[in-house]
Amino acid sequence: MNAIWTIAGKEFKDALRNRWILAATALLALLALSLAFVGTAPVGSVRASMMQVTVISLASLSVFLVPLIALMLSYDTIVGDIERGSMLLLMTYPVSRWQLIFGKFLGHSFILSLATTVGYGSAGILIAANAESTSAQDWGAFAGLIGSTILLGSAFISLGYLLSVMVKERATAIGLAVAVWLFFVLLYDMAVLGILVVDQGETLKADLVNLLLLFNPADSFRLLNLTGFDGTAALSGMSSIAGRAILPPWFALGALGAWIMIPFTISGFLFSRREL
Amino acid sequence: MTDSNSISLNQVSKWYPSHKAVSDVDLFVPEGCLMALVGHNGAGKTTLMKLILGLIRPTAGNLTILGKDPCDRDAFNRREGIGFLPENVSFEPNMTGRELIRFYARLKHESDKRCFELMETVGLGDAIDRRLKTYSKGMKQRLGLAQALLGKPRLLLLDEPTSGLDPAARQQFYDIIRDLRNEGVTILLCSHVLTELEAQTDAVTVMNSGRVVASGSLEQLRERAGLPLNIRVTVKEGMTEKIATPLRQHQAQITRLNGRHLELECPPQAKMQLLRHLGELGSVVEDIELFNSSLDQLYAVFSTRKGA
Repeated sequence: MNAIWTIAGKEFKDALRNRWILAATALLALLALSLAFVGTAPVGSVRASMMQVTVISLASLSVFLVPLIALMLSYDTIVGDIERGSMLLLMTYPVSRWQLIFGKFLGHSFILSLATTVGYGSAGILIAANAESTSAQDWGAFAGLIGSTILLGSAFISLGYLLSVMVKERATAIGLAVAVWLFFVLLYDMAVLGILVVDQGETLKADLVNLLLLFNPADSFRLLNLTGFDGTAALSGMSSIAGRAILPPWFALGALGAWIMIPFTISGFLFSRREL
Repeated sequence: MTDSNSISLNQVSKWYPSHKAVSDVDLFVPEGCLMALVGHNGAGKTTLMKLILGLIRPTAGNLTILGKDPCDRDAFNRREGIGFLPENVSFEPNMTGRELIRFYARLKHESDKRCFELMETVGLGDAIDRRLKTYSKGMKQRLGLAQALLGKPRLLLLDEPTSGLDPAARQQFYDIIRDLRNEGVTILLCSHVLTELEAQTDAVTVMNSGRVVASGSLEQLRERAGLPLNIRVTVKEGMTEKIATPLRQHQAQITRLNGRHLELECPPQAKMQLLRHLGELGSVVEDIELFNSSLDQLYAVFSTRKGA
């Protein structure tokens, strides 16, 4: 157990030292603030809660940005250490490969959690200070956004590990990381949309579409944020889907959990079999 | 296979789909022995080290390290007893020496105090708070050594430990190694720099294309190589020609000759006979120097032979 914490601590300190955490936190905070103050301007007389509008805009942007940050953080963690030769050395220490990969995962998800919480959180506090009133529901939606963003990031860290243990060279890993990002964030949705257009609602019913969305961590995240909370669902324009949806938020939550666990388990398994 | 061997390899092979890295290797390193492993690049030295460390499994054969199979579950707990210095390791350049050594010390359950002591031992006490990107190659190598010494290892595997070290640092390095051996630590050392190993090793194993071509003490290897012995004789002025002729009858070959000096080559078994003859010459002979074949020469002989 100690070894896991030592590894996690090293990952965290490394990210702190090379300003990774600082950069990611600043990026997320800037994004959240600019969305809050620019994005909510045209709300006008609708009297929507500034906080909830921000949550929706942020959720839509997190879907693009956070997976990218997570993949960049994780794609070279195994293959990079192998290339540098430090993996060979570490594997002669009393540290099992599962301990190593789990420690790294803890470290990386903590880095991402910290950046998200501090980045979005500080923006949230600034928004609340400027808004006329902030209800408990607003805070709930905001906390939900932070929590689900962490889950989304962790799922992509997990996917990044899978790439990292599968490839032989770092260069391959970075190429694959971009491909994974493109696929889940852009192509998958376009494919689903395309099928829907072609199908004209003949065979694909709403619940089947919902199910399809669970097969993508980014869409699970969208589903969770845009439909999971009453207030945001109404504002996001997803209420028509959400209204008919038979899937409770637990499904989206479970799907995200599976997207963290399954790729991680496979990468741990592949890594423990890999010859150095 | 007795218990007194820290390392025993029995007919161990490691074949990759593309090449045979190591074939039918027998290697026995008794406890407390300093064994040098020499060979070209690609002779299979690093593969052998990985096998000993349990990082890869042999294709055939079996090996016992400190009494256990290194791929065993039990062996995992014994890793604290093994120190390893890899050939190429690049540490995180933004870390300081202190941060790095403490990271490794924690993993080996070693106290902070002990790891700072080790940094002093390898001569990095003053540089401990500097970032690793400011370290020279030799300093990084010494840091690697400090790391290998964590946890009081009973077995040390050093892959090219002196590459990039200046002569003074090398000397210091071998001082540390000698101390460790005196404490009973078994050491397996890979190196290209052969001359500096001569005085240090108990035994030498020569590898070529994945096979052990020779193994034993330096004396045994010399005998097996059958290299001629070089003798340099200093005689009274103008006497060289006179004694050269009878020496030829004693299987000696004159390689160089001038007014006062004679250089001879003779087969090792003819050595004593030749020396006795030189002794009989009395005061004509002023000095006799004997040169054993160096490890470099031995290596050149064995590394061109295929198979044991």
